[in-house]
Amino acid sequence: MKVGYYPGCSLEGTAREFDISVRKSCGLLGIELEELDDWSCCGATAAHNTDHLLSIALPARNLALAERQGLDQVLSPCAACSNRLITAHREMEENEELRGAVEAIIEMSYSGKVRVLNYLGLILSFGIDNLRAKVRRELANFKVACYYGCLLVRPPKIVEFDDPEDPQSMDKILTALGAEVVDWEYKVECCGGGFTISDPTLVETLAHDIIRNAETEGANAISVSCPLCHANLDMKQSAINARFHEKRNMPVYYVSELVALACGATPEEAGINKHFVDSYALIR
Amino acid sequence: MTAKIEQASIESLAREVELLGGGRVADCYQCGKCSAGCPVVSFMDMLPHQVVRYIQLGLRDEVLTSRTIWVCASCQTCTTRCPKEFDIAELMDVLRALSYREGKVSVSQKDKLTFHRAFLRSVEHHGRIFELGMIQNFKMKTAAKQAIRDPRVLMQDAMMGKGMLFKNKLRLMPDTIKGKSQVKGIFDRVRELEKAEVKK
Repeated sequence: MKVGYYPGCSLEGTAREFDISVRKSCGLLGIELEELDDWSCCGATAAHNTDHLLSIALPARNLALAERQGLDQVLSPCAACSNRLITAHREMEENEELRGAVEAIIEMSYSGKVRVLNYLGLILSFGIDNLRAKVRRELANFKVACYYGCLLVRPPKIVEFDDPEDPQSMDKILTALGAEVVDWEYKVECCGGGFTISDPTLVETLAHDIIRNAETEGANAISVSCPLCHANLDMKQSAINARFHEKRNMPVYYVSELVALACGATPEEAGINKHFVDSYALIR
Repeated sequence: MTAKIEQASIESLAREVELLGGGRVADCYQCGKCSAGCPVVSFMDMLPHQVVRYIQLGLRDEVLTSRTIWVCASCQTCTTRCPKEFDIAELMDVLRALSYREGKVSVSQKDKLTFHRAFLRSVEHHGRIFELGMIQNFKMKTAAKQAIRDPRVLMQDAMMGKGMLFKNKLRLMPDTIKGKSQVKGIFDRVRELEKAEVKK
């Protein structure tokens, strides 16, 4: 199995362990990743909040690059990137005039053949049974709250992935890895996304509710598949504790880290050492 | 609050929003489901369904200067649940772009615009985000205000920055791509097109 790979900017920086664990887990599963040559930023929230045309043109350059490279499937692990890539693809598909305008702006053609996958979608198409067969170490100590957040499943008409209110794909993957998954209420609630730096009050309030509910429902870990979710739950956890005068230490894993761990990677190979909240206790 | 409602402004605002891709506000029958599910209503000065109502009533400045349109985190819950399949999150994007272009961004929400601009400037220069440079750029513009508002945040951000450097999560130099002039060209051509559009 071979797919194109669009890491996106976060995976080169604050979400480096997402990149490390996606590559490692895919290697262990025998999925070959071919990185998009000279990919650029998708524009993220900054573009779609301020300029519609720019918010289509920036991801469109990457879709066109994928097509030029002969890739019909592209893995985009970041939920925000994959959402923007799919949105650009759909809008150009539905609006011939827009597609023409965007092609002129990016000075490349795009015929609309690229299918964008998130990491959960990639593992589902790899197959849960095939994944199960690759497990070397069951995640027996884990009681995981699978946190999907917003952009993997919403809006459903655009992303067409899983159930927007009660998604199951991550739960299925973690169950296959031998973890217990908990039933909880904040699966698809918002963590404040890209407001990490520009509106800390808002982000810390939302993220606090998410972590608290996971704990209340018996989870000892949270699993995510988005760099923004990870930053807001892991990196910001000490600021959240300070704001609410609490002392929580809830480890937050990328689902790809858990796949890599269960399939035989060491914690460092899976990127666990890059978390802000210590995440080793459950592994030892 | 009192506001003067005129027939002409009602029609023109609804049409303007629709032309910009914000959907047909007349479709909304004010059930309030969007506001009921919105995770950030407690930070808003106008509920999401009220934003739609204000547009139906042609109250342009009230909407464009509201905190609400910039508090919206684009989580898409409203759009997902609307029984009329009205895309409220997309409407918010349209309103933010208008509010930005016309200099009507609520003072309380200016940090978000400052952040977006720092982000896009970084992309325009390097082709990809250079996180350290972007955050420095943002901090230089907002630190003085933040120091008055809540100095603890500055300290926490500094600690986060230190942690990220320590964990080798922040690049010290931008990761400039071969096609950075292509990306710059995208920004230039979008600006040109939009300038021509405004003139029309």
